[in-house]
Amino acid sequence: MTEWETVVGLEVHCELATATKLFCACRNAFGDEPNTNICPVCLGLPGSLPVLNRGAVELAMRLGLALGCTVEPSLFHRKNYFYPDMPKDYQVSQYDQPINVDGVLELADGTRVGIERAHLEEDTGKSTHVGGGGRIHEADHSLVDYNRAGVPLVEVVSRPDLRSAEAARAYVNELRAVLVATGASDARMEEGSMRVDANISVRPVDFSTLGTRCEVKNLNSTRSLGRAIDYEARRQIALLEAGEQVTQQTRHWDEADGRTHPLRSKEEAYDYRYFPEPDLVPLVPGDAWRTSVAESLPPLPAPRRRRLAEATGSATAAVAVVVERGLDDLVLAALAAGGDAQRLVVHAEHDLAGGVGALTTDAFAALTRMEADGALTATQAKAVLAELVANGGDPAAVAAALGYEAMAGDALAVAVDDAIAANPDAWARYLAGDTKVSGFFVGQVMRATKGQADGRVVTALLGQRADAGG
Amino acid sequence: MGDESTYLAAGEIAAAVRGGERSAVEVVEEHLAVIAGREPEVHAFNAVGDAQARMAAELIDRRVAAGEDPGPLAGVPVALKDNLCTAGVPTTCSSRILEGWLPPYDATVVTRLGLAGAIAMGKTNLDEFAMGSSTENSAFGPTRNPHDLTRVPGGSSGGSAAAVAAGFAPLALGSDTGGSIRQPAALCGVVGVKPTYGRVSRYGLIAFASSLDQIGPLAPTVADAALLLEVIAGHDPLDSTSIPEPSPSLVAGLDAGVEGLRIGVVAELMGEGVAPDVRRRVEAAAEVLAGAGAKVEEAEVPAVAYGLSAYYLIAPAEASSNLARYDGVRYGLRVDAPTTATMNVATRTAGFGAEVKRRIMLGTYALSAGYYDAYYGKAQQVRTLIVRDFAAAYESFDLLVSPTSPTTAFPLGAKAADPLTMYLSDVCTIPSNLAGDPAVSVPFGVGDDGLPVGVQILAPALAEATMLQAAAVLEDAMAGEAGTP
Ligand SMILES: [Zn+2]
Repeated sequence: MTEWETVVGLEVHCELATATKLFCACRNAFGDEPNTNICPVCLGLPGSLPVLNRGAVELAMRLGLALGCTVEPSLFHRKNYFYPDMPKDYQVSQYDQPINVDGVLELADGTRVGIERAHLEEDTGKSTHVGGGGRIHEADHSLVDYNRAGVPLVEVVSRPDLRSAEAARAYVNELRAVLVATGASDARMEEGSMRVDANISVRPVDFSTLGTRCEVKNLNSTRSLGRAIDYEARRQIALLEAGEQVTQQTRHWDEADGRTHPLRSKEEAYDYRYFPEPDLVPLVPGDAWRTSVAESLPPLPAPRRRRLAEATGSATAAVAVVVERGLDDLVLAALAAGGDAQRLVVHAEHDLAGGVGALTTDAFAALTRMEADGALTATQAKAVLAELVANGGDPAAVAAALGYEAMAGDALAVAVDDAIAANPDAWARYLAGDTKVSGFFVGQVMRATKGQADGRVVTALLGQRADAGG
Repeated sequence: MGDESTYLAAGEIAAAVRGGERSAVEVVEEHLAVIAGREPEVHAFNAVGDAQARMAAELIDRRVAAGEDPGPLAGVPVALKDNLCTAGVPTTCSSRILEGWLPPYDATVVTRLGLAGAIAMGKTNLDEFAMGSSTENSAFGPTRNPHDLTRVPGGSSGGSAAAVAAGFAPLALGSDTGGSIRQPAALCGVVGVKPTYGRVSRYGLIAFASSLDQIGPLAPTVADAALLLEVIAGHDPLDSTSIPEPSPSLVAGLDAGVEGLRIGVVAELMGEGVAPDVRRRVEAAAEVLAGAGAKVEEAEVPAVAYGLSAYYLIAPAEASSNLARYDGVRYGLRVDAPTTATMNVATRTAGFGAEVKRRIMLGTYALSAGYYDAYYGKAQQVRTLIVRDFAAAYESFDLLVSPTSPTTAFPLGAKAADPLTMYLSDVCTIPSNLAGDPAVSVPFGVGDDGLPVGVQILAPALAEATMLQAAAVLEDAMAGEAGTP
């Protein structure tokens, strides 16, 4: 039985967060009244000409440099095909000379995904098909909103380096983080400002050549992306195992039935008749511009994760969450102020999802110090932290106000001994190796100390008593 | 021919209007009277904007009365080729496909004319989408040559050339993609200039072939053409291919002569296919230039021999893309059909004429997968060779000379049935478009049939001033000579 490997490459279209469109001065805004942000240029009226938006080039460069790409002198081409929401019936895009080439995106788990290119192009308008279930062929009529026509896009094309639905979703999440960090895009899949197409193929695990791929479109969320990859891989494997071939084609993901459906095969693919756009001149960003863009880049997620992991020694998953929440700077500052690395990361990962509120770096550091010193239990620390977030203040004072007396080690030892003495049968079972009983003893001690004992310390004390021979 | 008074030079009209000696309204009325007399037989215009012209003229007169200076073209009527966008005024490209469309904006050249005090007289006829050399490919009927109504005026700016030749307007604007200003200028006996690519903004010029199109002036004299070019030239931020240079000074040094200039007669454009009487006029022009102190020799620009073939791949390729937008969805003609795709087809089938369809198909083919390298790619290589050969020639010469058109005006219908013969009309003018260099056609006497012959003077990029100085020398030589049309 052949073992199969799924191979995925993604093409992600990202709307750039410019004030104006790619080739005209119309507003680039989502959700405005239809056909209000339009002019002769983005409507492609006869005689109109494009003028490249410098701001869009700068954002494309920011994204490219953040992805480790080389910024190259580039050209615009025309991609010719008829569609009612495309005003000129060609799209101005970059073809064989894109602005950004050859980068890499490092995922949270350390996987490095190659970036083939990240090129500039203009968006199309948006059609709404009225009647016939929203499909163009059965529709009564169609309405077109050209507000989106000419909005700047960067298409980020990955190499086929992804091996699972989960990895593909992680890639999209990571790319979104880079887009947001660089300010290149707000990267909202639900608003269509980030759109993902997936190239999917399968091959026997030990093969290095790629199988025949299908391009799947209409993926409106990372969830759809994952489902579509799993479905498509199963479909292709079934074909191959039945001795059939995978046909290279473009397929449409149907969220409702959870399947992909063929749109057009390679033979039916459009001939886009690309040729250099004669209305624009070559785009050659100068060294000074490139350098200033590179120098203005903020710290990016991957190096931030590396920095936090090194400083705290924490696990990859926790570090990824903390960086995604943007709490890494706080954790590092609190660490420098004397906080406990492990407790800082745990709180940032689990207890600060709603933001830091009135919490100061020093208070955060002091809180975790108290925990590490055994002055507060994990449960108590969580309650104190919530209060610090809500109203600020000093953790020791907050703990005192909440009635969390520091429980001295010997007082706890007495409580443990009392519990053992009061429950000889249970203690015998514990000694016999029934570790479940330790939970019973922890509960007894907790009750006796009104919850002020640290469960881990109780467990440790039980162990010491047992080692001492009961 | 119109009333002699209408042949006042544009510069003289502007001076008189600015000085308050003539009213712009009077100037406009005189020209409207000439139009009323001969337009029915010439058909230079798709639409005469008489009401708007009168109103604009009145405004000019009020400004003069108020002590203002309306500008260097104050009160001068200008005819506009009907592929230049005029806000709120139909702009048709002489095509059914643009039926009913009103541009919401003015082309940059139209705006600049307005700022200079000029008065738009109307929109002139052209070969549909500027594709043709006779103005017979118009959806609204052909324009006739004012010198002989049985002959074509040339094209595609035939309406503009005829309007100037008939005295309908002292100035006109045309567009030149492969000779569309110079060839009709030659056939109608007027001056026509194709400026350096990027010298004049293309914003608002409805594209035929974007990398070749350039707007330029048609005028009865070199001085008037220079004056109009000064007004429309100069950088425009709305056109990315616009040269970031200020408008050149052309009129001031126009009488500088050609003393000491090295001028080459392009050997490749003087041979087979050029009518003997046309060739003799070019040779006579070369003698005049030599007599005026230029060093005139034969020049070789070998790659121009392939210009026509390269042009008929590049121009249709760009046109096939530029004309895709006329799909019936947003503006212009729509022929209803059950689906969007069949509506597109029905609309384009009904809206475009035969020549436009021919070029769209030619261009689509040239760009198709598997053919791109052999056709479009190869044509671009030829274009590079032409640029290189011109650059080499301009190391030895300041200017080059050739015929503008291989023949004088031909009879209507003579070439209409044979596109290849028609295409040959542009063999001498196409190379300048491919190179992006300027060229002018200046009238230089008549051929054996008594019809005007134009001599073409070609110059390196941005050398319009020198080019027009040489044109002025030829013009002076013809002045007073009997038989000047
Ligand atoms: Zn716009």
